[in-house]
Amino acid sequence: MSERDRVQSRPDDFVERRKHLNDLSDEQLQERFWKLTDRIVQPLVDLAREHTSPSIERSVLLRMGFSSIEAKEIVERVQDHGLLGKGAGHVVYRVASEHNLSIREAGLALAEGMYWDEASQLFGAGGDE
Amino acid sequence: MQLQPDEKLDVEAILKDLENYRPRRIGWRWRQSNGSEIGGFSYSETSETLKNGIPLPAAIRSFGGIDPQPDCVITTEIASGRFEDDIRRMRMAAWHGADHMMVIRTAGQSHFDGLIEGTPEGVGGIPITRKQIRATRKALDLVEDEVGRPLNFHSYVSGVAGSEIAVLFAEEGVAGAHQDPQYNVLYRNVNMVRSFVDAAVAKKIMNWAEMLQIDGAHNANATAREAWKVMPELLVQHAINTAYSEKIGMPRERIALSTVPPTAPPAPALRMDLPYAVALRELFSDCKMRAQMNTRYIESDTREAIVTHVLNLMVSRLTSADIQSTITPDEGRNVPWHHMNVSAVDTAKQALLGMDGLREMVQLRDDGELYERKREIIERAVLFLEEIEEVGGYFEAVAQGHFVDSGHYPERNGDGIARDIEGGVAAGSIVPRDEDYMAPVCEHFGYNSLPEVDRDCDLVGGCTLCDPDRIIYIDELDPEDNVHERLRSRTEARAEGTVKPEVEWHGDGVVTLNMLLPTSERIAQHAGLEIAKQMGLEDSSVIHSGSMHPQEGTYLEIKGTVTFSIDPDDLVIPEEEELLPEEEIREAVQEEPMKVVAATVGEDEHSVGMREIIDIKHGGLERYGIEAEYLGTSVPIEKVVDAAIEIDADAILISTIITHAGVHRTNMERLDQLCREKGMRDEVILVGGGTQITDDLARDCGMDAGFGRGTTGHDVASFLVETRREK
Repeated sequence: MSERDRVQSRPDDFVERRKHLNDLSDEQLQERFWKLTDRIVQPLVDLAREHTSPSIERSVLLRMGFSSIEAKEIVERVQDHGLLGKGAGHVVYRVASEHNLSIREAGLALAEGMYWDEASQLFGAGGDE
Repeated sequence: MQLQPDEKLDVEAILKDLENYRPRRIGWRWRQSNGSEIGGFSYSETSETLKNGIPLPAAIRSFGGIDPQPDCVITTEIASGRFEDDIRRMRMAAWHGADHMMVIRTAGQSHFDGLIEGTPEGVGGIPITRKQIRATRKALDLVEDEVGRPLNFHSYVSGVAGSEIAVLFAEEGVAGAHQDPQYNVLYRNVNMVRSFVDAAVAKKIMNWAEMLQIDGAHNANATAREAWKVMPELLVQHAINTAYSEKIGMPRERIALSTVPPTAPPAPALRMDLPYAVALRELFSDCKMRAQMNTRYIESDTREAIVTHVLNLMVSRLTSADIQSTITPDEGRNVPWHHMNVSAVDTAKQALLGMDGLREMVQLRDDGELYERKREIIERAVLFLEEIEEVGGYFEAVAQGHFVDSGHYPERNGDGIARDIEGGVAAGSIVPRDEDYMAPVCEHFGYNSLPEVDRDCDLVGGCTLCDPDRIIYIDELDPEDNVHERLRSRTEARAEGTVKPEVEWHGDGVVTLNMLLPTSERIAQHAGLEIAKQMGLEDSSVIHSGSMHPQEGTYLEIKGTVTFSIDPDDLVIPEEEELLPEEEIREAVQEEPMKVVAATVGEDEHSVGMREIIDIKHGGLERYGIEAEYLGTSVPIEKVVDAAIEIDADAILISTIITHAGVHRTNMERLDQLCREKGMRDEVILVGGGTQITDDLARDCGMDAGFGRGTTGHDVASFLVETRREK
């Protein structure tokens, strides 16, 4: 965005600007309000559906029974290995299955820096980013 | 563990065995509105009464102690920075009628990338941690048993750790939370993409835990220079968070709009506030309304704040409020104090009860100014939305500074808050979910390539939402900054049971002085501080000053701290008078009839107090069979004595309210003297009463007893019967 796009001062042109709303009934005006809102919000929901973040991945690990400290450690390492897009809980799950560990054992080992080469291999190219 | 009304909350006991404590339920609780008959009055907007509570002051003296509770949930916001003091304040507020305990977070937590653990002290709020909220919930479980009403515990799901905080709150039974990604973006400069992506996951988890969500739009009121001009934008902010939450799956009945009447006197506030309130309730008819009080125009004058807040309450009663939130009247001058939380809760209770059923008598017009203003606000909001769409969507609009502009939209002043899409705290931390992205837990929002399973957490053998035993509890991380150290440093005072003033923290020693100084404001402020110093207060400061006249007077409120504490064991406290049982008084009077003469003496027209002591309908002397000859007001002492001789009275009761030039003393002394002159002093019991009378003062003036404020007929009857026996 360039500085030009920044909102500038503008007088109250409500009387001009509202002309197309004049003939709307109260009900139609309300409908318009919610239709516009819906169109503005939908892309934000789609974005959320298709992305993740460190906080989201920590929230997954909390739900899997890790403490906040463990979750933070694991997610940092997941990020370092470029695996956030796979899901931190997914990484723990795959390492646990692969090495016959419990979920907690796998997570704690990952938090201490173990199994990361294996984890990167499990997820293929994603690990080399 | 159970609380006893005559015992203090034991913080040590709350902290004990906390690692195994589980909240007794999840989810928000509304009051059960029922309307009712209480104390001979009909109410239509009330809810169940409390098991233990403290009624309004007038109720105690004049309405038989009734304590009706309004229909809406009442919020108190608590921000001492130490949860061990917060929970004591919550107990006080609950006794006065609060059932929504909102804990403010410490400054800076929204930028903390992760959860905080332990019990460190905060600034302007507490650091939200598992231990703090678990301890608070445990305390609230006990307090709700004590008052007999569910208490909702509330804090904030925001900042860069929003998703995790939502999980924490769901696990620990937090019932309500602020969640609005726009708040992060506009006021905390958290990257906007991160904010919205995190919010979706947070909202989904909040929804599972049946939390009530409150949005953050009201902050625009508090930030804008002329708060009423942001009304169109407020509708837009409410709409964006509401629609976003709904798309995540949250039902509207658990979405509450945080709405504040934007204006305050001297503006003609209701002309702006009422159409806005109506517009909001029409557009968001299925959502809940969290009616907040105005903070934007609070100064240091608590009286002024309370009047504005009562006007806000009138807007609530004229429209609707599901939650009536309260702002302490001292918010304009300090972090709220204990009794100010109670004051604000009482203000809400008092005003809501006073306006019970208002809409049954008064109807809002659907034409004229109210309609036109309402329509205009909605049209301006629609135009605001149109422009967001025109410029390319929400993120672009934020980047261009569309929000929190001080112009009355579509007017623009070019001073809105603009944020960079690629800037802010935690910018660039969002990644796309790969095709094989997976989160093997329940209630996860968004794309998830889970295989076919019954429960989403089956792959990992369960999650904390399904099985709370999986929660890992962390106690303390900091060996110095924690509740145990804070309690230890004050253990002595707690154990010894000494008493020290406090407004915020246990034994903080803060007191306030109120004074009028007959001089200019500037001189008064300095003179006031010197007075505080000479009275022995430390760290004094002027917390409020108001001119009565440029030269004639300045009213001051000064706070300072006292350095000593009082040991109750060292006090000489006179024993509380034990009253004779009512039946015993009645029998004694039946056996031997008793007659009294009563009057308000001197040039004094106050009759209410004396009538209450005498009249049968107020439970006065007549109720016990005592015959009372009431002579009226402004009666000369001589006439009182003559009347006593005429009916051969056992006692003379005089009321003397006016104290100007010591006239109350003179009246009592004169009565004693006249009875001696007539040679009847030994045969008659003399009693003085009035708001400024104490027993000591009256005895000093020759009376047999004195009765002050709060006296009942029972007190006087018991004294009369007992004294006659001794004669």
